[in-house]
Amino acid sequence: MLQSAERVKGLQRVNDFVVKFANVNGSGSASANTLFAKSILRMGVPITPRNIFPSNIQGLPTWYEVRVSEAGHLGARGGGVDLMVAMNPQTWTQDVASIVPGGYLFYDNTKPMPPSRFREDIVVIGVPLTEITNKAYTESRQRQLFKNIVYLGALSALLEMDVPEIEKLLAEQFRGRDKLVAANVQALHMGRDWALANLECPIGLTLRRANTVGDRIFIEGNAAAALGAVYGGATVCAWYPITPSSSLAEAFTRYCGRYRVDPETKKNKFAIVQAEDELASIGMVIGAAWNGARAFTATSGPGISLMQEFVGLAYFAEIPAVIFDVQRAGPSTGMPTRTQQTDILSCAYASHGDTKHVLLFPEDPYECFEFAALSFDLADRLQTPIFMLLDLEIGMNDRLCKPLTWDDSRMMDRGKVMTEEELQAGKDFGRYLDVDGDGIPYRTYPGTHPTRGAFFTRGTSKDRRARYSEEGPDYEENMLRLLKKFDTAKQLVPRPIARSAKEPTRLGAIYFGSTSPAMDEAEDILAERGIHLDLMRVRGFPFHQDVKSFIGEHDQVFVVEQNRDGQLRTLLVNELEIDPAKLTRVLHFDGTPITARFISDAIADKVGELKVVPFRKAVP
Amino acid sequence: MTFIPKPKLHHPELPKNALGYTRRDYEGAVSTLCAGCGHDSISAAIVRACFNLELPPHRIAKLSGIGCSSKTPTYFLGASHGFNSVHGRMPSVLTGANLANRDLIYLGVSGDGDSASIGIGQFAHIMRRGVNMTYIVENNGVYGLTKGQFSATSDRGAKSRRGVENKDEAIDLVGMALQLGATFVARSFSGDKDQLIPLIEAALKHQGAAFIDCISPCVAFNNHEGSHTSFDYVREHNLAVNYLDVISGREEITVEYAAGTVEMVKQHDGSILRLRKLANDYDVHDRIAAMTYLQERGAAGEIVTGLLYVDPEPMDLHHHMNTVSTPFNELDEAALCPGPAALDKLNASLR
Ligand SMILES: Cc1ncc(C[n+]2csc(CCOP(=O)(O)OP(=O)(O)O)c2C)c(N)n1
Ligand code: SF4
Ligand SMILES: [Mg+2]
Repeated sequence: MLQSAERVKGLQRVNDFVVKFANVNGSGSASANTLFAKSILRMGVPITPRNIFPSNIQGLPTWYEVRVSEAGHLGARGGGVDLMVAMNPQTWTQDVASIVPGGYLFYDNTKPMPPSRFREDIVVIGVPLTEITNKAYTESRQRQLFKNIVYLGALSALLEMDVPEIEKLLAEQFRGRDKLVAANVQALHMGRDWALANLECPIGLTLRRANTVGDRIFIEGNAAAALGAVYGGATVCAWYPITPSSSLAEAFTRYCGRYRVDPETKKNKFAIVQAEDELASIGMVIGAAWNGARAFTATSGPGISLMQEFVGLAYFAEIPAVIFDVQRAGPSTGMPTRTQQTDILSCAYASHGDTKHVLLFPEDPYECFEFAALSFDLADRLQTPIFMLLDLEIGMNDRLCKPLTWDDSRMMDRGKVMTEEELQAGKDFGRYLDVDGDGIPYRTYPGTHPTRGAFFTRGTSKDRRARYSEEGPDYEENMLRLLKKFDTAKQLVPRPIARSAKEPTRLGAIYFGSTSPAMDEAEDILAERGIHLDLMRVRGFPFHQDVKSFIGEHDQVFVVEQNRDGQLRTLLVNELEIDPAKLTRVLHFDGTPITARFISDAIADKVGELKVVPFRKAVP
Repeated sequence: MTFIPKPKLHHPELPKNALGYTRRDYEGAVSTLCAGCGHDSISAAIVRACFNLELPPHRIAKLSGIGCSSKTPTYFLGASHGFNSVHGRMPSVLTGANLANRDLIYLGVSGDGDSASIGIGQFAHIMRRGVNMTYIVENNGVYGLTKGQFSATSDRGAKSRRGVENKDEAIDLVGMALQLGATFVARSFSGDKDQLIPLIEAALKHQGAAFIDCISPCVAFNNHEGSHTSFDYVREHNLAVNYLDVISGREEITVEYAAGTVEMVKQHDGSILRLRKLANDYDVHDRIAAMTYLQERGAAGEIVTGLLYVDPEPMDLHHHMNTVSTPFNELDEAALCPGPAALDKLNASLR
């Protein structure tokens, strides 16, 4: 029953297409959509889902886009949609318009629609979802919820999904609630049977078992970061809700409930405070860390702006703090549900006075976990704020990544903390003394020793023994030591990862964070077009020496970022004293995740403009 | 200007407390405040209170915001860790510190600008969370450090040194603390150490959020005719409802008092507050009556001082959060890290 005036030959693709679900926020579609995505994973085919949602709770449109890619491309593909599951009448026109020629439109045809609402060049698949669910269920909430499972059932027939995998997932999801499992399985088959009986199944987009998922796991970056905080020994979390960072604090709450409740006393080995604002959250983090606990906050751009004064205090007073910034776009109402990399500079140079901060750029949930745990070691070791820069793209979407690992023998690096025994033995203590030549002084926790090691914490007006001083030389000495400490940080933050092109080239590209999968894919597309790029993924700031060498070794380096101003490029120019002409901006900033198509087109265009023939590097 | 350490001359005849400390051991650096500033009297009272209570100085953490008042932690408890944080934000830093180590004694010092203007939000929230601490506002009705602007606690109608009248309504921090659930609320006057020292002692012994609004005249900018926080004005309008003595659980109580004039309040840690009542009808256990009383007396132009409210069995933030008794900063890998096996299990659930 493929209804189309002239039959269009639909796209023919196996394990390589994009499905998009257009839903109404609050309609309960999220769990059916996740089920769809996970069951494809269980077939051994990599997928990457993305939530595209407005800043609203109920009633407004949401989309869930799933890229299926046996080849393993995890970045957004860009371009149109191959199969649109159009469940939202409100967005119908734009949804239909977004289908690629030859693509498919799946919709609820209970109410007939005039032909003018369709397109000639697509394949239209109508399933009377409302009719089916109205017949099967009496309660309106049930009709609503099961409609999602019914469309999943129909899709399973149309795309040749592995039904036992879906059933298994349902059983896992509702473990122990057999009635619910049975009801869901029944709804699934209702949709499936209808499709098999009434439609030509499968359509041109099909799924086939494959083996390219491996042992990878499927998790949100925010959850992985929260888990990293649990493993890293964080005990205090102070936060103020803001999209897209809230789910990080919420995941921390969940994992602490699971892993951090003393089994005997039922008491908590953690404290999570929903603070009154971001000034208070960072203040609490600083207070807790000053007193020797590992503490963090999670926020987004507007929160970073509010934390500025305190961040400066932590920098000058040398107090560890971990700040997760899940980046979004802009202040006030500004696109809180869109992704960007726009806080690089406001974090790198946060606060007044001469300040510089350590930044970490995880590329996926695996690194969110790793870097989160590491950030607490870095904060303690360097006694300074550490910014973990995620974004909505990795923070709030489930992403396939390597399984998380933990070395049982790993110890927390609490940094230079003088103990009661050392003080008792007469070891010299001066809070801001550079005893080891690395710019990092010793600290003491309050209450350590009755007569030794106490000091007064304040901003900049102090000497190296933390005595009050407004003398110029004391100030300068301290500022220069802080620079030395920042230099030490270069060796401690994760090193950049370089990858050479398959052929020698004088072109390079630098990228970071969530741009990773799109860049990987763009590399291949460009190589096919004869443009070869050496790549460097920057993972931390201050920049490691390798970054400067990489730029030095190439004639032109593209800096690929998801912001308007080329913020990482600015940081590279400023900190490494690079000739700006050498660094070409490749900037994507419309709030959607960057795509391989965008990167490859932009770089190909620029290579043309530059008239730099990608000459082979002289082979030594 | 550079800090001048106070020479630690130990007079052998100075009395020692049970820990073997003299009063000097509770002092700090020489004050750099204006001679006669009320804040210095409060510092002296803190020194006395800690000495009297026999507190080990290093087990106290003193935190403050920014202002002349917030500078004072340098001038007392030199053997304690101190933290001069940012303007108006001491409460959040203190809250975090308290979460990290519940075993220390937390003393927060602030000013009326610091707490009632820029920091009013954090002031409110630390009270409602019930953080176990002593929070003292050294209230002079002006910004001393920035040279005499009105603060949010200045009374409507009060006059600045240049004769400008304050047109805005005052914020009463005591009223706020009562409404927000502080479990120990007092007001005192830097010029009345007999009232102030025991109040600080009682607050330090209290196991919840203890707040003291201490009127502390600024001799440089707010001690003139027309000011409502000058020494003369406060002396004239002071209505003390009680005086108290703090008796450690160990001491024996022998003296007897006429019924109705004295009340013994036993606090959770065993210490006893002996309240010598001046206003017989005043009940320190009735939060709502306290608020009404303050409003009434305030409208009549009186400044009510003394212990205004106490809940001898307070619940603090750690209680609300159900935290372990071990300070967080002593928890090690074994206590905090779920380890690789848990992670493997989790990985398996994410496929
Ligand atoms: C963010 C910020 N804004 C302004 C100031 C300037 N400032 C320093 S102290 C102060 C007022 C202090 O008044 P109060 O807390 O009443 O203390 P006092 O000096 O009267 O004891 C101000 C406005 C500052 N330090 N930080
Ligand atoms: S300006 Fe006022 S508050 Fe500040 S030290 Fe002088 S008298 Fe005290
Ligand atoms: Mg003041």
